[in-house]
Amino acid sequence: MIKYLSAYFLSVLLSFSAVAAEAPDELVKRVSGEVLEIVRQDKDIRNGDIQKILALVDSKVLPNFNFQRMTALAVGRDWRSATPAQKTRLAAEFKLLLVRTYANALTNYSNQRIVFRPFRMRDGDTEALVRSEVVQPGAQPVQIDYWLEFADGQWKVFDVVVAGISLVTNYREQFAREVRDGGIDGLIASLAAKNKSLESPAGNRASR
Amino acid sequence: MRFEAGGSIRRLVRLLLLGSLFALAGQAVAQGNPRDPYEGFNRAMFSANEALDKYAARPVAQAYDAAVPLPVKASVGNFFGNVGEVWVGANNVMQGKVGDAGTGFARLLINSTVGIFGLFDVASEMGLERYNEDFGQTLAVWGVGGGPYVFLPVIGPRTTRDLAGWAVDTYVDPVSFVNPESVRVGASVIRFVDIRAGLLPADRIIEEAALDKYAYIRDAYLQRRNNLIHDGRPPRTDD
Repeated sequence: MIKYLSAYFLSVLLSFSAVAAEAPDELVKRVSGEVLEIVRQDKDIRNGDIQKILALVDSKVLPNFNFQRMTALAVGRDWRSATPAQKTRLAAEFKLLLVRTYANALTNYSNQRIVFRPFRMRDGDTEALVRSEVVQPGAQPVQIDYWLEFADGQWKVFDVVVAGISLVTNYREQFAREVRDGGIDGLIASLAAKNKSLESPAGNRASR
Repeated sequence: MRFEAGGSIRRLVRLLLLGSLFALAGQAVAQGNPRDPYEGFNRAMFSANEALDKYAARPVAQAYDAAVPLPVKASVGNFFGNVGEVWVGANNVMQGKVGDAGTGFARLLINSTVGIFGLFDVASEMGLERYNEDFGQTLAVWGVGGGPYVFLPVIGPRTTRDLAGWAVDTYVDPVSFVNPESVRVGASVIRFVDIRAGLLPADRIIEEAALDKYAYIRDAYLQRRNNLIHDGRPPRTDD
């Protein structure tokens, strides 16, 4: 009975927060906490069950990302010369690459705590920076920053900066070179080929 | 012969540095990343390093990673972190960050008293941050520009400024004063293996994430340095 009641209150709370748009730091905290909890409790995920990991990423993580903005940021100036169809395909391939890469990385993380730095934002800001640190036994803490943008009544992440390295803008030079060599379509083809190579079991387990 | 190893390694490194500087002088190719004018040379060095890593460094690091239990690895990392703490503090002073220097020295004290000779990183558990400082960053704060990017085998990615900073860091490194030489070489090797082992999880990510591994590592390095120089708050340079 108590279970049902708390579930009811939870759903009421959730619907309230949906109306008021969750603050960026709250959003990152909640999602990180939920994902870490699932990883901690699910042995299959920790053992690298890629299907389960992808399902977790799909349901919990991806809805909070703005992949159009991310791809635009990674492509830089050439983004403007892409047609809407090209933009859609680029974003889809880039999304797949990031998911495949970092879904695999998740299994390396199970023993850490996430510590959030004080968060500051002014009223009316449409961009926000949420700073966190991953504290792990036997290693230096790793700084992880999330850049979020407010659009369509919702905060979404458009850049993740790990230890000072933007996982998005780090692609800019590589993408620019592909565009120089083969145009936007060349870049799409390269990304698609890369994703294909990661599909094979050999590519999935490269150095472990 | 065995006891000569440290000296000859240092001589080899010097020779490599000198040789590469000459090679750099004759290699300027203007294309691609403006911060990487010697890309042709760098890519050749990068390939050499990949081969070295594949057949020597990585297998050793993997064996170390598999054989050594986590608490011992943690201790090794913390020990070398501790050894470097005084120099980190000194760099903070030289960059005018006196408060931070205090934290660095305080960490050393806390580590050596609360921890067992600094073997366990208690300070991090207590919420004090470890500041990552080196002479290259001090040079940057003093206004020295990054200069061209260089990649050298074993040493890895550096800007020209950070290469100079690294030479100073190595010169004042407490491990370089250890006698006898066999212990010094041993300590350097353990440190190298420990650092390489710490990077093993990153191998797969880079392998999978990069379209062009060389460019991926170069740009990640340049971003990381920029972040350290600005103490974790670099100005955002987007569109």
